[in-house]
Amino acid sequence: MAFKGQIVIDIDRCKGCGLCVEACPMHVIELSKHVNGKGYNYSEATGDGCIGCASCAMVCPDGVISVYKVKC
Amino acid sequence: MANLDIVKPENLVYTKTKVLTDATMHYCPGCGHGTAHRIVAEVIDEMGIQDQTIGIAPVGCSVLAYNYFDVDFEEAAHGRAPALATAAKRLNPDLFVFTYQGDGDLAAIGTAETIHACNRGENITMIFINNGIYGMTGGQMAPTTLIGMKSQTTPRGRNIERNGYPLRITELLATLPGTYFVSRQSVHTAAAVRKAKAAIRQGFENQKLKKGVSFIEICSSCNSGWKMTPVQANKWMEENMFPNYPIGDIKVDGKLVESVDINRIVVDHPLSVVK
Amino acid sequence: MAKELKLMKGNEAVARAMIASGADGYFGYPITPQSEVMETLMAEQPWETTGMVVLQAESELASINMVYGGAATGKKVATSSSSPGISLMQEGFTYLAGAEIPCVIMNAMRGGPGLGTIQPAQSDYFQSVKGGGHGDYQLYTIAPASVQEMYDFVFDAWDIAFKYRIPVLILTDGAIGQCMEKCMTRDYIPRWTEEERRANAPWACWGKPASRGHNIVTSLELESSRQEAFNQKLQAKYRTMEENEVKYEAINCDDADYIFVAYGTSSRIAMKAMQLGREKGLKIGLLRLITLFPFPKKKVAELAKQAKGMLCVEMSAGQMIEDVKLAAECKVPIEHYGRYGGMIPTPEDVLAAMEKQIINK
Repeated sequence: MAFKGQIVIDIDRCKGCGLCVEACPMHVIELSKHVNGKGYNYSEATGDGCIGCASCAMVCPDGVISVYKVKC
Repeated sequence: MANLDIVKPENLVYTKTKVLTDATMHYCPGCGHGTAHRIVAEVIDEMGIQDQTIGIAPVGCSVLAYNYFDVDFEEAAHGRAPALATAAKRLNPDLFVFTYQGDGDLAAIGTAETIHACNRGENITMIFINNGIYGMTGGQMAPTTLIGMKSQTTPRGRNIERNGYPLRITELLATLPGTYFVSRQSVHTAAAVRKAKAAIRQGFENQKLKKGVSFIEICSSCNSGWKMTPVQANKWMEENMFPNYPIGDIKVDGKLVESVDINRIVVDHPLSVVK
Repeated sequence: MAKELKLMKGNEAVARAMIASGADGYFGYPITPQSEVMETLMAEQPWETTGMVVLQAESELASINMVYGGAATGKKVATSSSSPGISLMQEGFTYLAGAEIPCVIMNAMRGGPGLGTIQPAQSDYFQSVKGGGHGDYQLYTIAPASVQEMYDFVFDAWDIAFKYRIPVLILTDGAIGQCMEKCMTRDYIPRWTEEERRANAPWACWGKPASRGHNIVTSLELESSRQEAFNQKLQAKYRTMEENEVKYEAINCDDADYIFVAYGTSSRIAMKAMQLGREKGLKIGLLRLITLFPFPKKKVAELAKQAKGMLCVEMSAGQMIEDVKLAAECKVPIEHYGRYGGMIPTPEDVLAAMEKQIINK
């Protein structure tokens, strides 16, 4: 069974530490070239390979990632 | 392509627990404190004990922990959290009481309070964040700083003759009859976070048994103090902290885990260089 | 526990009063000359009757922080110690004051500095009312002069502590702690119910219900302007106490030309000296201070206008005298007479000092 996922990042609270980028097994998270109000290059989802595993959310120190997941 | 049609309440599998407030944490980017806070809060949420929990905050980086947990919180003087927790629990035996302390707070200035609370077998959960350094005051040597490790007060590396040895207080506490559950975990990978959370859950569940202290160390990185990126710091932690502070349960159900060599002392581990 | 007249030590009276006044907890560490407080509690085993928790801590540092931890949950918590132990507790005092936590502390003073002596003294006055720990704070400081007052003041202490959210210091000495006198005990006041605890300490940590935000008991405020505002609030509280909570006893002061000012054990000796003086025809009065903070400034000022001189009698090298002089605004000669290092003056010594230093000067 395969899953499709989507993450929603609260970019205003993201500090751009990059731990989610490292944790993502599908390599579909990157640090943005843009910065948020605090000056951090926030994380953003790229591509459509997310499987909703929530590894990114697990390692996020600031709890800014919500994960959505459906079977497909 | 983003799958925005998936983003519906019924598909939500993970989001920040309501037991954490919406306050933005003051921690440095990539700091393990945030993750440790989150999983403690998730355990409180999942056990449904938000209205029955008292937290005790330390002095150090996590001094403001009380702003992030939506539970009643007492702020202790440096190192005294186990003394506060002792009384809070004894006077409120039906509540869940946990302490949250760093290595300077728990293993240096508060060593006496730590050891005696553990030795009395207080029915509390103690969360111990060990990142081998004093973060809040600017990166000075902690009792847990590794041999050779640089800090603001050991600029040429910790030296045994001058500074003595890294204190493995978790192993020390495990030898006391008052500790019921002792575990060392980390929060640097998704798998590690899940294990750490399970240990914390165990620690909170144990309070119902009234059999003594549940002590969970989180071996963590301090990328600012270590002067590395968050990802580098986690890698350096695996290579250098874990040999001195091995991950896993040390004492379960009041018995030392047989495979753990509690007397093992690592003093000559060569530190890796950050690339 | 019921009303009865009993012979007991001052330290024992404090312990029995804690139980009878519905204390929830006592956390202490043995030190002479007040170890009987915890010994009495352990012998009485109130956990079997009232449910009061009694615990011997690993140090005074731990015991005062246990007081913090327990009292921050809105419970009635107390500790006791003597001078060197009280020095160790100063960290806790300032945090308790900063977090506005009500609690009761007893100090049976002994001679110092350092380990000093185990004999009685009154040389912790400065430490008690001028700070001791860091920061701008005060403890409500009350000085019993008898075993009966040791007992009664514990009851009064809880009322003040919770009314003002302030640590209360019962400042006594080894003589009153150790001496045996008759003491009328009181009927037991039941420990607070859960509902009473929540009503009396709505600010405390007792488990956050959905109906309120989380309660935080802390002395930390990183924003300077807010810390200053908090300091101002504390100061306003202290000024209110100076208006409303001053206690003293003015004995034979109405016609007095000369006045002893003293508290605790010294006031009992001064009382006898006053009587000896009156027998000689000297118009001597005694102002016995009961609260040391708030200090009875107005009464001292009033007496300074009337009297020809005042003698401060203290078992110290002269500490309380500073506050007496400030309050009297130099309107009258004020001298100090003291024995210290564990020595206690006799009434004859005290009267002779009054005659030499004030009357015949």
